[in-house]
Amino acid sequence: MEKLRYERPLIKRLESEMPNKFGMKIDHFPKTHIDGVPVKQLIEDYGSPVFVLSEAGIRNTYKKAKKAFTTRYPKVQFAWSYKTNYLDSVCNIFHQEGSWAEVVSGFEYDKALKNGVNPKKIIFNGPDKTENDLTKAIINDSLIHIDHLDELYTIVELLETLNKRPRVAIRVNMDTGVYPMWDRFGFNYENGQAWDALNKIMASGKMDLVGLHCHIGTFMLSAKAYGVAARKLTDLALGIKRKFSHNIKYIDMGGGFASKNTLKGAYLPGYDTNPTFDDYAEEISSALLNAEYPPDSLPLLILETGRALIDEAGFLLGTVISNKRSATGKRTTIIDIGVNILFTSFWYDHKITPAQEFTQFTEETTLYGPLCMNIDVIRENATMPLLNKGDYFVIHNVGAYNMTQWMQFINLRPKVVLIDTNDKPHIIREGETMDTLNHLEITPEHLKKFEL
Amino acid sequence: MKMKSNIAVSDSGFIFNPDTGESFTVNPIGGLIINQLKEGRETQEISRLIRDKYNVQFATFEKDFDDFIGLLRNYSLIENG
Repeated sequence: MEKLRYERPLIKRLESEMPNKFGMKIDHFPKTHIDGVPVKQLIEDYGSPVFVLSEAGIRNTYKKAKKAFTTRYPKVQFAWSYKTNYLDSVCNIFHQEGSWAEVVSGFEYDKALKNGVNPKKIIFNGPDKTENDLTKAIINDSLIHIDHLDELYTIVELLETLNKRPRVAIRVNMDTGVYPMWDRFGFNYENGQAWDALNKIMASGKMDLVGLHCHIGTFMLSAKAYGVAARKLTDLALGIKRKFSHNIKYIDMGGGFASKNTLKGAYLPGYDTNPTFDDYAEEISSALLNAEYPPDSLPLLILETGRALIDEAGFLLGTVISNKRSATGKRTTIIDIGVNILFTSFWYDHKITPAQEFTQFTEETTLYGPLCMNIDVIRENATMPLLNKGDYFVIHNVGAYNMTQWMQFINLRPKVVLIDTNDKPHIIREGETMDTLNHLEITPEHLKKFEL
Repeated sequence: MKMKSNIAVSDSGFIFNPDTGESFTVNPIGGLIINQLKEGRETQEISRLIRDKYNVQFATFEKDFDDFIGLLRNYSLIENG
């Protein structure tokens, strides 16, 4: 007779507490497959842990976002935010869909060039552009978004030797009614810094001021803030038209749209409460369409959406190492995924689902990673089904930032697998080996030997 | 080791302790263990019964069993001594 699936014995005291009006249902369905490929198979073939990306998921989300904006506004262009996930395969999916590249360093700029992006369709953002970076961007006619006056003066200086007229925009920061206000990047709208920079660009006569850029924050839970930002950029654009008879060709609203993750401290899951693409699109497009632009000279709307386009397409598959009980009696579970590869666990209460059948019985559980470090906590408190040692599980919505902000620490970083639209898995980044790290190290001759 | 004789256990996994007024729920394996303890079975017998019925290794069950007994003791459902 086949034995039954084991579940550890559980007893729970029934508490009569205040009713919880934010009570949430427990997901009672295991995540056994990703795009038709069994999770068990993926772990057996590629190891545990392993990142898995869904190509279909990426493309579907992109199409959804594009539709939300293009149905409301006639001129829309997305630019893939490289820092969100700059694996070449991921970038190229977005480029195939029509996205330009948005980069914030010389490294990312070179990556976009290597991927074959037309340099005229690379937007160069960020506060750290070296003279070499700027020279390259000027020669290649890329779009340079100026972050501070030192950068502006550097460009003016470089133009003394370069026979070019660069296409530039400025990044504008502003009060959109949300806290915290991001004022460290770009020029402030309210105190006149932005106008000062625009006047200097126009007075120089050496640059083509083509756009205005803002990026008002990250994981913005208020779509209305984008409406405020779009109106303020529009005010600048129309002011430039009045003062210099110069048309601003594009308004770049940056990124910051929330994905479906749940921020730590939120009462309800992000899937139910975070704004949708339609919410953001409605605010931004209304602000632009209702402004005083003549109908034939509406600016191009550029969006540098990153997180919201890729988070849902990313999964991190792992294995239970051990179940323990803390000194206070709390259930704790150790898993083979640490904060070093799941950086976003510092911000989100990630949804975690077993990859095999389970019962309705649950336990309040702290999920610890495998690192020998106290900070390695993936979930402080999660209502988890009863996982056994060796069970597989899936962490959802991990596509953004984890594959760029991850760090090699204590363990080697795992493989990244992409499931294509025909449900075929491909390794798109190999797992690290000892050689990956060792080839960077140089041990002086006198430190090569020792006796113990 | 023996369950207190006045502990009531229902088929659906509901447990009531009349001494404290507390009630509990258990999952099927937990209920099976409690019923075995009520019938006076020794821990080794219970361990064998569970391993015969469920797909579990000895070491895993021993660890979980000890943890479960610890909870029963903590909830004062087991006779002292």
